[in-house]
Amino acid sequence: MTAFKLNGKDVTLDVDPETPLLWVLRDELQLTGTKFGCGVAQCGACTVMLDGMPRRSCVTPIGTIEGSEVTTIEGLEGREAEAVRAAWVAIDVPQCGWCQSGQVMAATALLSQVSAPSDEDIDNAMAGNVCRCATYVRIRQAIHDAAKTLEG
Amino acid sequence: MTSQFIKGLQTAHASQQPAPEPVAPRFIATRRGVLAGIGGLTLAFALPVPGLRAQEGGGIKVPPATPNAFIRIGTDDTVTILSKHLEMGQGPYTGLATLIAEELDADWGQMRAMGAPADDALYANLAFGAQGTGGSTAIANSYMQMRKAGAAARAMLVAAAAADWGVPEAEITVSKGVIAHAGSGKTSGFGAFAEKAAALPVPQDPPVKDPADFVLIGTDRPRLDTVAKSSGTAQFTMDVYREGMLTVVVAHPPKFGAKLTGFDDTAALKVPGVEMVREIPSGIAVYARNTYAALKGRAALSADWDETGAETRSSRQLFETFASAAAKGGDTVEKEGEVEEALTSAAEVLEAEILFPFLAHAPMEPLDAVIEVKGDRAEMWYGCQFPTFDRPTAAKVLGLPVENVSINVLLAGGSFGRRAQGSAHIAAEAAAVAKAAGRDGAFKLVWTREDDIKGGYYRPLTVHRLRAGLDASGKIVGWENVVANQSIMAGTPMEAMMQNGMDPTSFEGSSGLPYDLGAKRIGWAQMQSPVPVLWWRSVGHTHTAFAVETFLDEVLAKAGKDPVAGRLELLKPEATRERAVIEKVAEIADWKGPKQGDKGYGIAWAKSFGSYVAEIVEVEDRGGFPRVTRVWCAVDCGVAVNPNIITAQMEGGIGYALSAALYSAISLGEGGAVEQSNFDDYQMLRIHEMPKVEVAIIASTEDPTGVGEPGVPALAPALANAWRALTGTPVRQLPFPRGLS
Repeated sequence: MTAFKLNGKDVTLDVDPETPLLWVLRDELQLTGTKFGCGVAQCGACTVMLDGMPRRSCVTPIGTIEGSEVTTIEGLEGREAEAVRAAWVAIDVPQCGWCQSGQVMAATALLSQVSAPSDEDIDNAMAGNVCRCATYVRIRQAIHDAAKTLEG
Repeated sequence: MTSQFIKGLQTAHASQQPAPEPVAPRFIATRRGVLAGIGGLTLAFALPVPGLRAQEGGGIKVPPATPNAFIRIGTDDTVTILSKHLEMGQGPYTGLATLIAEELDADWGQMRAMGAPADDALYANLAFGAQGTGGSTAIANSYMQMRKAGAAARAMLVAAAAADWGVPEAEITVSKGVIAHAGSGKTSGFGAFAEKAAALPVPQDPPVKDPADFVLIGTDRPRLDTVAKSSGTAQFTMDVYREGMLTVVVAHPPKFGAKLTGFDDTAALKVPGVEMVREIPSGIAVYARNTYAALKGRAALSADWDETGAETRSSRQLFETFASAAAKGGDTVEKEGEVEEALTSAAEVLEAEILFPFLAHAPMEPLDAVIEVKGDRAEMWYGCQFPTFDRPTAAKVLGLPVENVSINVLLAGGSFGRRAQGSAHIAAEAAAVAKAAGRDGAFKLVWTREDDIKGGYYRPLTVHRLRAGLDASGKIVGWENVVANQSIMAGTPMEAMMQNGMDPTSFEGSSGLPYDLGAKRIGWAQMQSPVPVLWWRSVGHTHTAFAVETFLDEVLAKAGKDPVAGRLELLKPEATRERAVIEKVAEIADWKGPKQGDKGYGIAWAKSFGSYVAEIVEVEDRGGFPRVTRVWCAVDCGVAVNPNIITAQMEGGIGYALSAALYSAISLGEGGAVEQSNFDDYQMLRIHEMPKVEVAIIASTEDPTGVGEPGVPALAPALANAWRALTGTPVRQLPFPRGLS
């Protein structure tokens, strides 16, 4: 049995403790916004917040998160998240869209820590999130735009 | 009014999980249930489409006479378009909706889109004559067909309103989704007249707008799928969960062409959650109650494979074989004058041999498909790119009539060609999984990233051999280019499209050049290997543009010509659109020459899929490896239906091409096994490596052409040209080897 908090609600599950959080979210809870891209923490499509920090759910065994707070794209809230989503929509960042939940999670985490990130801050925070459609130009722009909104 | 839904959709809606939900621009709250509650108008008609030529046989391609359905107008005023093209990121949902909304005079806010189901008769790509997405044809083949559909719907709504209001149709106006009659002051949305309009005869050839009157076409429309894709609610194949569904992973042969001779599933079946293990034609299928159990079960299998007939050569050996075939000249694709004579009498002859590796497409969503079998019917849900091949293939594997297999086409998390399979191997594997289960039920086939990287269907490994001759004045007098690679079409249903044994997708872009090159010969040597190959974003142009534009750049340099001026000088007079993109990109990049201080600049261009794209790359030397800082791009794709999406596709194409140029190679090691497995050893471009991109779109009144692929071809050669200008070192092999300068 593993108990943790998911998007603000208590969850208790009886699954193989080695099961990656990613597959628990998707297969057991059908929170499908968190995506499978590589399974080896190389692409960031599976990014969730674990106790407020971005985490690759594909390499996080469910047995290791007992008592933690998990936030997925479905439960992502707050000023930064709203600013990021609005900025994403305003300039049509996504193309195929598969990686974008992870991008939005990572961008929100960045803005939660750095209110006016430089290009270098963006590079450092977002380099773990692969976008095969190469929407990087717009991701960068949208993060800057979101930062401006938050400032104002 | 659900009775008016077309057949495939009725099937989808009868089931518990409606498959493709429409994506809406700014209306998340109404996403769910939009279809369930929809009423109103389904337009059913067939229209001749002037101006589109069939690929085979020529002449005008008229869609089949069976009723066609692209638009549904709900009583709630929503307009849902059924996209006959797979939305895999390039924007057809938005583009096709724009074409319809333009002629319908709809408001953009009321537009929705969803994937049309598999049905060749209703949803053929007019460029192919069958249902499929590819070749950057979505907008090009739909341009007039969707506008006519929108115009017909508008005419029917107007007729219904006129009858109801008792006013002449000619006095009715429609704008931004509002039907109005000025004289009586009456106004209405579409929804109120949807049902009455649906009962009226369909105008067969309604007039469409003069482009001067366009309201939506040519302006930036927000994408219909952005909100869903920014909030995790967009539904892809892997997100489908059916009642009692099992997840299935397949152990494939360790080498291409190896055959299974035996396996032991004892340990696999002991993994909690694993339900069964079955042999299928493509390998060993492990069925489990969840993905993790399926993966664990597969890892616990042991299997024996017979490598007789498998590819056991390494990439190094393949390159040697292909290069020696290229050196022999291959079969002649194009010939003008006597190139041997021209080269013999030339003052100077340059030669190059350029090597291109296998490339995996690596879309972010790995390959997957959901299939559910109930009695003598099967239903599938996935990002299906070639329904025309997938549906009959699945039916054949299952032993069912084609009409008993339905495919709900969902969003795809990228493809870049990977889901466009002549072999229909994913549909076949999903169907084989369902059949081997030996019972009714739902099954989700999932490929992991390792399955994807090691799974073949690569951009063909290719060798180009080039020779050019210059006379004493520096004029090019002879040009020979021989391409050696496997055919993509051979051995698939598309083999029928090969002419005289030639597969144009193997060498497209090397022949028919608009340059004045003197005597010319283009050759192709068809190579054989059990490694399955496939079109990879921009197909033959992925290598031909590199070979032509880098070698030409060297030849121009040898003759003392500037890369921009030299190209313009070589272009034939009729190559006006080529000239325009080269001039435009040079203008926006403020071209001053190929080397400025510690930066190199290179130009290249290509015409692909009907569009003309020229790019200039700015590069720095960072410890012997290129750092691309800026890219300028000029594109002429005819009428720019949605400039923002065109710009996004150029940005994306540039990033995709740069990723390949810098990092990507699938290599077969000694013995023939693939050496890469995941994103750690098949690297992707990341945000800190993405250059700044500036895009200029050439204003045009020509019919629109593609943008999904054409951003790709020019990037790598422009980069190599910039690199050679900066370092003096030509690039003869992709990806860029480390430590070049």
